[in-house]
Formats: sequence, C-alpha cells, structure tokens
Amino acid sequence: MANKRIDQPTGTPTVGHEWDGIEELDTPLPRWWLWTFYLTIAFAVGYVIAYPAWPMIDRATEGVLGWSSRGELAKEMSAADQARTTVSEQLARIPVERLPDDSALMQQAIAGGAAAFRVNCVQCHGSGAAGSQELGYPNLNDDDWLWGGDLKAIEYTLAHGIRQDGDDETRRSVMPPFAGAFDTDQLDALTDHVLAFSGKAASNPVGAQLYADNCAACHGIRGEGDRAQGAPTLNDAIWLRGSSREAIKRQILNPRMGMMPKWEGRLDPVTLKMLAAYVHSLGGGEDFVEVAEDPEVAVDEQP
Amino acid sequence: MNNPEDTSPPGERDWSVVVEDGIAKSNEPVSSAVADPAATMRRHEPHEPAREHLPERLYEPRKAVHNKRIDGPFRRFKWLVMLVTLGIYYATPWIRWDRGPYAPDQAVLVDLANRRFYMFSIEIWPHEFYFVAGLLIMAGIGLFLVTSAVGRAWCGYACPQTVWTDLFQHVDRFVDGDRNARIRLDAAPWTWSKVVRRAFKWSIYLFIGFWTGGAWIMYFADAPTLVQDFWRGEAAPVAYITVAVLTLTTVTLGGFMREQVCIYMCPWPRIQTAMMDEKSLLVTYKDWRGEPRGSVKKAAKNPDRFGDCIDCTQCVQVCPTGIDIREGPQIGCITCGLCIDACDRVMNDIGRPRGLIDYATLEDCEREAAGGAVKSPWRTLLRPRTIAYSMIWAGIGGALVFALGTRSHTELTVAPDRNPPFMLMSDGSVRNSYTLKIRNMESRPREMEIAVEGLPGAVMWTDTINRGEAAATQRVTVPADLVRQVRAYLVVPAGTAPQQFEFRVTSLDKQRETDVVETRFDAPEDE
Repeated sequence: MANKRIDQPTGTPTVGHEWDGIEELDTPLPRWWLWTFYLTIAFAVGYVIAYPAWPMIDRATEGVLGWSSRGELAKEMSAADQARTTVSEQLARIPVERLPDDSALMQQAIAGGAAAFRVNCVQCHGSGAAGSQELGYPNLNDDDWLWGGDLKAIEYTLAHGIRQDGDDETRRSVMPPFAGAFDTDQLDALTDHVLAFSGKAASNPVGAQLYADNCAACHGIRGEGDRAQGAPTLNDAIWLRGSSREAIKRQILNPRMGMMPKWEGRLDPVTLKMLAAYVHSLGGGEDFVEVAEDPEVAVDEQP
Repeated sequence: MNNPEDTSPPGERDWSVVVEDGIAKSNEPVSSAVADPAATMRRHEPHEPAREHLPERLYEPRKAVHNKRIDGPFRRFKWLVMLVTLGIYYATPWIRWDRGPYAPDQAVLVDLANRRFYMFSIEIWPHEFYFVAGLLIMAGIGLFLVTSAVGRAWCGYACPQTVWTDLFQHVDRFVDGDRNARIRLDAAPWTWSKVVRRAFKWSIYLFIGFWTGGAWIMYFADAPTLVQDFWRGEAAPVAYITVAVLTLTTVTLGGFMREQVCIYMCPWPRIQTAMMDEKSLLVTYKDWRGEPRGSVKKAAKNPDRFGDCIDCTQCVQVCPTGIDIREGPQIGCITCGLCIDACDRVMNDIGRPRGLIDYATLEDCEREAAGGAVKSPWRTLLRPRTIAYSMIWAGIGGALVFALGTRSHTELTVAPDRNPPFMLMSDGSVRNSYTLKIRNMESRPREMEIAVEGLPGAVMWTDTINRGEAAATQRVTVPADLVRQVRAYLVVPAGTAPQQFEFRVTSLDKQRETDVVETRFDAPEDE
C-alpha cells in the first residue's frame, strides 16, 4: 500500500489510498461483525450442500434435502386439489337443478365453471360468452335459448352436444334447404313475412302463405320457435345468423347448422355441472320447472 | 469506545482509586477519593501525538460497558420514560374495548387474518393504509422536531434499544453488584460461583426476552385466548416462532450487544447529524471551563492553572455506552444526560458551579466561552425551525384526525362488464352487467339500498334474485365489517342510447350514509 499513516484526530490508521485528497480510515471491524461474516460463509456452504445450487451441464446440483421448486409446486397443487375435493364431492352428489338452493355451493360452481369455460368453450363462444353472429355461435348471455335455458337443459346440451354423430342423446334439429323451391319474388315475400314478426318489415299474404306451408311446423305460426326440437324463434330481437335480408335468405335457401361437441366423457360430471352453473349465471339463466318431460330427454343423474 | 491506546484488558484498569459507589455522602467530600491524580486512569488523551507503529488488527473486541449507578434528574426521567414505555408495551393488548358482537373486543389489535387494524374507536382497513403511512410520516417529522430541538433525546430515553439495554444493565447490577464488582467478576476466573451467577443472570435475560416476545404476539390476536392457547401448545406455529425469534433478538441485542447496536447498526445516529444545527441542545462538556484538568489538590495549590474538571471520570463510568463525553460530540453519545447527573453531583460536592457537563447548544457554548450570558433553553426550543416542524407535524396530525372523523363507512365500487359491453335481449331491450362491491365498515350487518339514477326506464336485478323481481332499486344486506360483491344486471327499454348514469348505495339505518359512482351504460348505436 502506498502511504499508510496514522490519522491525527482519530488515532486510526488509514488504508493508504487517496483520491483527490480524500483518504479512508482503516477502522477495525467489531469482532461480532466479523463473526457474523464467518457465519454467513458457513451458512452459504451449508446451503450449497442442502439445496440445489451449482449449475451443471443439464441441471443444477440437487442438494441433499431434495428440495426443488417444482416439488414445492407439486405439493401445493396437491394441497389445492385436496381442498377442492370437498366441493367436488358436494357437487357430485347434488342434482344440477338443486344447485340454486345452496348459494355457497352455487358460487363455487360458478367460479369453477368460469375457469373450465375459459379452457374449453371460449374457442367458439368467445371469452365473454357472446358467441358470434358471423359464424353462428350462439350468445350465452342473453335470454334466448334454442334448447332451453334452465340448469338441467344446459347441462344436457353440454353433455350430449349438438348434432354429434354416434350419440343417440345428442340435440339434433334439421332445417331442410329450400334452394330451388322458391323463385325470387316468393323468397322476398317470405323474407318480408319473417321480418314482420319483429316489426322490421310489412307482412304480405304471399309470404304468410309460404310460411304457413313450409316453416310454421317447426318455427310456429307466429315465429315463436320450438325448444322441443331446437327451432329458433323468429319473432324476437335476437338472430343467430344475422337479421339482414341477405342473411335470412341465405339461411332459407342453404341453411347452415352449427354443431357442438359432446362433453360427456371428455369432462367429468362435476365440471359439467359447474359449466352449466356458469352459463346459467351469465344473466339469461331460467328457472328449472318440474315438468313431465319426454322420457328420452331424461338426464343421466349418475355422477 | 474505540480508543486504540487502551489495549489493557478491562480487568487490569486501575479503577481502584475511585470509591466503590462513586457517590459520596454530602458530608464527606469526594476529593478524598480522587486523591492521587497520578494514579488516576487516563483513558483519553486527545492531544497525544500519533504513534509511529501501525497496529495490524483485524477486529476490535467489544469492551464491556459497566455503567455505574447514578441518581439525578435525568436518571429519574429515564426511569419514568422506561416505566411508561414498558408499561404501554406490556399492558396495551390487555385493554378491552367493546365493539359489539361482530368485532373483537381488544382495544389495540392487528388482525392480519381479516386484514383489519383496530385501535380503540378507530378501525383501519387495508385500503386505508395511508392512515398508517401518515402516522409513520408523523413519527418521522416528530423525530426531526425532537432532534433539532433536543438532539438525540429519542436515543437517550425512548428508543426500545435504550430502554431494554437500561433494563438489562439494571439486571446486571441486581445480580452482580455495581460497576467495580462487575469489572472484578468479569476478570475473575470461571469458578463455580461465577458459573452459577452467570447462569442465574442469563436466565433472567432469557426471562425478560421471553416476556418481550410474548407481549409482542398479543397485539396480533385476542390476548387472553392466545395466552391460554400458547401454554396449551395450541397457538399457531407462527406465534411460537415469533416469540422464539424475539426472545433471541432481545437477549442478543439488549443483553449482549447493547451500545454496539447504536454505534454500528443503527442508521439513526448517521441521520441525526443532518438534523442538528448549532441551535440544537446537546449534552456538552464545556471544555473552556473544564480544561486543563487537575485534581482538587492540584487546583488548591495552583488556583489559576486548572479548570473545573477534576478528571474523576464519573461521567465515563456512568455512561451506558461507555464513551467519554469530554471528547466532544460523538456517535456513541445518546444524550441521556446521566453524565450530567454524575458531574453535577461531583461539582456540588467539591463546591464548584454545576453545569460543567450540560445540555447546551453550540451557539451557547461559543457565547459562554467568550464570556457571554447563557440564554434560556426556551429561546432555543422555540425557533423557526422547530416551529416549522411542529406546524407540519400538527398539520399532518390534524389532517389524519379530520380524515378519520369524516370518512364514510359505506363505499361502493362499480366495474362494468366489458366483454361483451352490452347484451341485446330477445324483446329488444338492452342489458348491461356490473360487478358492484359494497363496503360496510360498521361492526354490524347493514341493509343497503342500491339505486340507479339518471337512466330512464332501467330496472335492475342481481345474482341472488330473478329477473322477475327486477326493479329500479334493490336491497342487499352487507355483513358486518365486510365487502359484499353483487352482480347487477340492468335492463333498459329498446332504443336507449349509450350514456353515463349513476349507481347510488344508501345505508338503511340512522346514518343514511351514501356513496355514488358514475359509470357507463352501453347500448347499440342507432343504425
């Protein structure tokens, strides 16, 4: 070192450096401080032995405790699973239409359904469940349901899907194509009559007659639709595939019909219940009314 | 403290020339005790020329501080502060405060699980942390104020490190006797009696540490319940860990490290230099009066040659951090005033004026040294700087009290759903959905009314009722001390344009507290 010396006022030696006339005192450390420093070194050695530390070629040294952040995560995940099982068990036992009686469980189901929805459903129905008129994916927020909007009906639709071959229980509705059946004038008249249900055009006798002959069987004489066979309502403000004249004509001539996968077997019954609860909670859910339904529409209540 | 000249181990110092207690009775002069100045330890020689050789030392062992018992106004003030602060610390969690059936009845409680802070009639929620921040700012400004006025009074009297160190030093005195006895015992070999003594003393240390940690956790749970759970072994692990850690730190910091914390660890002594000015009252040795030092005998022979300081080192012996105040202001001085008590007593005994060591400002010292008169300390305490600090401090305090007094216990937040922004219903009407959060800060459940204002024809229903019960207002019950989340669906007739409107929540009780939030209703634009 350059010029160590004793600093006059303090009686402490300097370290010997000097920058622009500024020198540094070499005050000895307190002994406990030094011990603490040695302790930290000892701790570091112990830590390296106990925990993953040295990066090797493809992994770090493991540490004798066998701790890893992945292991920690796995532990926490299984703990979370454990915590969820009680809710799952309750959900497995309760029929879906009874869910609203247990508001706490319903809240749990809605939360779980929201998560499942984001994984399995948003691809078609959209992250806000608003669907797409462009592509014919139904909006799940509104109060217009093709097949029914109570918890049981929603769960059934989820379980069996729509137009799924190989499932006898699936929801299936067919609209025949009318391409070639009407000439242009007739088609215009029919379109006018359909729009007249919701007051968007004036009705006319030709269209009314055509409608009664060809459409009323399914869509109802006033365009009220029929949920039993999944025929859309034509007299409300909601259009599955658009309300423009063009869209309506296209749908009469060459109807496009959507499909939905069946989720039974792909998702467990509890998740299906949760999804039903979530969709029901989006604002358009209807109350379940006990009616003697057709036997073939009975829902399998085995969890 | 770190006097490199003094390399003799503590036991070899020649303290024997000083009477055991250092405090002679008023009828026998102390001067007999300091008869021979030659034998008197000269620990500090500020004017000694620097030594030639450079010591190579890696570390500086701590020199134990054995401070002597002393009595006087400052010591008594220290006792008082210690009594008050420790009393507050140990007793506060046990004060009860009735808040009704839905809230804890502990006057001061930090409820981490439910994220509530209770302090008598005040209840603070996490979103109101600015009250705590305000208190911290007040504490900061208060420290500025105190430091600029009376130096490190905080350090000297009220700092927990000081209070507990003081406590432990009294334990030392109680077990091992006063200063000289303790020095002798330190130097003595490890005999059985010393082992027993040390074990006894350290067990008292542990006991104090345990009570310190034990009192700490009482602030975080219902104290009577927690005490029972604690001894039954049913308390939360964190309680035991906290007590263990605080016991350890109390014993380590208060029992063994003591002044080292102030000198090496604490940032406060570093900051304080920036807060003091030449008008701050500091414990000062008036060297113009005291120097050159000489014993009573010498001074009697040469009345004009010596100052008032007789070099009895009483001021050093009573110092809890073991410094020599006669070397001037220094980082080890916590301005507790014990040396003033000691020196005044000696000056009384030898018939010289008191105040050789005294609270004084740098300005006063200069004036006095030049032969001027002493100013009253009030002139020092009330000066623009301290008045400004006081005003700021009081201003923040007033603002906090005002904010506390006028805050509403009902609050509403509204988050409109933006995906999708609006929903066309089958009858052509338009629906928007909102997430409302209604906060009830009273310790009782309250019924609240949610109303929609400024949106003609709107009806509302919530996630707990059906659309069939939709109405312009809805009532919900918000549990005590909780935030209730409500999904609200709002429907307006067809043809309503997008517009701003307000949600209003009103508590249906005597207070009729209300909160209004403006938000947006979205609808299809007119084609």
